[in-house]
Amino acid sequence: MSDDQKDDGLISVFIDGEEVRTKPGTNIIEVAASVGKEIPHYCYHPKLSVSGNCRMCLVELGMPGKDRATGKPMLNDDGSPKIMFFPGPAIGCGTNAAPNMHIKTDSDMVKECREGVTEFLLANHPLDCPICDQAGECRLQEFSTSHGAGYSRFVEQKNVKPKRTRLGPRVMLDDERCILCSRCIRFCQEVADDDVLGFTDRGSYSTLTCFPGKQLENNYSLNTVDICPVGALTSTDFRFKMRVWFLKQVKSIDFETSVGCNTEVWSREGKIYRITPRRNDAVNDTWMPDSGRELYKLVESDDRLEICQVDQVKVSPSEALSKAVELLQASDGLAIVGSGRCSVEEQYALKKIAETTKAVGVYLVGRYGEDDGILVSKDRNPNVRGALMTGLIDSLPEESLSELGAKIDSGEVKAILSVKEDLIAAGLSKAQLQKVALISLDTQSYPSTEVAKVAIAGLTPFERSGALVNQQFRIQKFHKAVPGPSGAVDDLVALGTIQANLSGESFPSTVASIWKSLGESGPFEGLSFQSISDEGILLDGTGFDSLPFVEGKSLHFEPKQEAVAAE
Amino acid sequence: MAIILKRKPLNLLEKLYLPQIVAGLSTTLKHMVAPKETMEYPEERPPIPKGYRGVPTLVKDPEGREKCVSCQLCEFVCPPKAIRIIPGEIQDEEHANVEKAPKEFDIDMLRCIYCGMCEEVCPEEAIWLQNQYSMSGYSREEMVNNKEKLYELGGTLPDQHFKWKKKKEAEAAGNAH
Ligand code: SF4
Ligand code: SF4
Ligand code: SF4
Ligand code: SF4
Ligand code: FES
Repeated sequence: MSDDQKDDGLISVFIDGEEVRTKPGTNIIEVAASVGKEIPHYCYHPKLSVSGNCRMCLVELGMPGKDRATGKPMLNDDGSPKIMFFPGPAIGCGTNAAPNMHIKTDSDMVKECREGVTEFLLANHPLDCPICDQAGECRLQEFSTSHGAGYSRFVEQKNVKPKRTRLGPRVMLDDERCILCSRCIRFCQEVADDDVLGFTDRGSYSTLTCFPGKQLENNYSLNTVDICPVGALTSTDFRFKMRVWFLKQVKSIDFETSVGCNTEVWSREGKIYRITPRRNDAVNDTWMPDSGRELYKLVESDDRLEICQVDQVKVSPSEALSKAVELLQASDGLAIVGSGRCSVEEQYALKKIAETTKAVGVYLVGRYGEDDGILVSKDRNPNVRGALMTGLIDSLPEESLSELGAKIDSGEVKAILSVKEDLIAAGLSKAQLQKVALISLDTQSYPSTEVAKVAIAGLTPFERSGALVNQQFRIQKFHKAVPGPSGAVDDLVALGTIQANLSGESFPSTVASIWKSLGESGPFEGLSFQSISDEGILLDGTGFDSLPFVEGKSLHFEPKQEAVAAE
Repeated sequence: MAIILKRKPLNLLEKLYLPQIVAGLSTTLKHMVAPKETMEYPEERPPIPKGYRGVPTLVKDPEGREKCVSCQLCEFVCPPKAIRIIPGEIQDEEHANVEKAPKEFDIDMLRCIYCGMCEEVCPEEAIWLQNQYSMSGYSREEMVNNKEKLYELGGTLPDQHFKWKKKKEAEAAGNAH
């Protein structure tokens, strides 16, 4: 066998007779998937431990035979090695590939096994598909069609189990639909570190429940809904809202913290229905926090700023922009308040505006909270590192804008261009803001919007595209999922127009065109928006090692601070 | 090349015209007594053959429960996208086990092509193309049948499955052990 272990450290296995090179220790489901063969499975999840309880992944295994007496390989008549298949099937999820192993994924025995497993799973399964939220993305539905008998022999009374049970604030459980795969239990134990789920009773009476007095209420509870292969666990927020087959998926990023979880935004006809995690093994695996899934409510929130305003009078975007340019040209002593929620492109445009107007100060508002060591970090701004890399700022932002306040009081600052920030919440007073010409670009109307000379209605992250740099210095893209309100203007278009008018030179106002200058030199050299892959690209952040970043350890992130401290 | 047809000269009988008039009148007289081929629409209406595909409607079961569970399969399958459903949760205790029913259900009859796919796909036998074939209105809005109108047109389906009622009874009876 050792002669098979070639230099690359890979081993050969044979899937339905076809040779596949794979890393030792890979399980058979993954090996088959690497060559595009699906072995149906329910309980196996690539990011959880293997429990091997559903038996859907049964395959036939065999090894080349050896003569017991002589130790020589056994050969067929045509000289090929004779494969000795084990008499019974084995589970693919719990078996790791071994050198020269032969795997049958499509033999009669395997097919019969799958049919048998499916029949048993369906024996007590309710006929709920028409009212089940999972329909359309249900593994049981899919595999019953592809690997089931197509008819039922079960004439007995089906078991009844608790239905419409609330497991926690965001999760509903229907026990009749549960196929007892234990994915949700393993997730709570292994990832969320909040062991609250378990099975009670035996045999066909087995039932998933919460431990007495507990609730599934951790900030990762909705991941159980994602990984539940059936409709047993459903989200209370998404429940009965829309069928999944109507929804369009757009790749996005969780804006909540600097972790930058990869997400998918599901919408239909311009309305967002849910946000789910998107797999990225270097950032968030297949998980995301529940808090990030609610961000889409921003789009239709009550305080949404849908129409631009000049002196509290509603105007068209172009009027608002020309008024903004006018104010900016008229006033010296401009301060810019950017945001860690802006994309890299917008921060770059802001930086250019700061250069053109010779701004007396550029600020970012820091947002810091508690981290949970998984996928919520201390830094609640998703793109502080982007602001550092574009050169908009050169130190970490503070939570309060008191320095700017002092400059207003001293009369040094006479105008403020603020993007995506509520200045009153950031520590400035209404009186201070009334002293200056405030131009704000935002999606919500805040108390500070009321004193703004010009309020430009911008777009939420779901309505525009761009790139963010997360805590690992990984640049990742988010894409427009739904159109914005008709009275609003794209942030980048707004900033681009302002810069073009101020400088008298043309300035790009689309994401793709702005990357022509961004990618020319500096930290993003050689990149373009297209060339950033969906998994993101790790940038060199060593230039910022001396900054005291606040993030602690999380799922795929180790802070560098110790290294700095040790020096 | 042009062909010149020679016209036969008329004979005496033909010149008289009388036989033709008599023949014409006898045809008229025959049809005056023969059974009618036309009908006095709209006072009179034709009999509708079985399996006719008229206006799609929603039906209730014999106990008055709305059969549709807003699974939205008909909305998905409808080729001209005439159907629009907003699903909702059932609040009343009696049918809580059915969980889902349409909050709103619109069929735009200016779009509907009477294909019957919705009836075909419905897993709950809740939508039926029945005998009603004439829809008219003065505005586009009038031509959209809402949920209320659809149930009014649909009436009751006398089927005796009672799937959800049986499930509820099984739930109440509990397991065998
Ligand atoms: S879990 Fe799947 S098979 Fe079961 S009722 Fe829901 S959609 Fe149907
Ligand atoms: S609720 Fe879903 S994930 Fe949990 S054991 Fe049942 S089927 Fe598996
Ligand atoms: S009959 Fe055809 S076109 Fe009309 S509503 Fe049904 S599916 Fe749509
Ligand atoms: S297919 Fe039937 S049950 Fe489903 S929404 Fe249409 S009418 Fe209602
Ligand atoms: S996936 Fe292998 S036993 Fe469930």
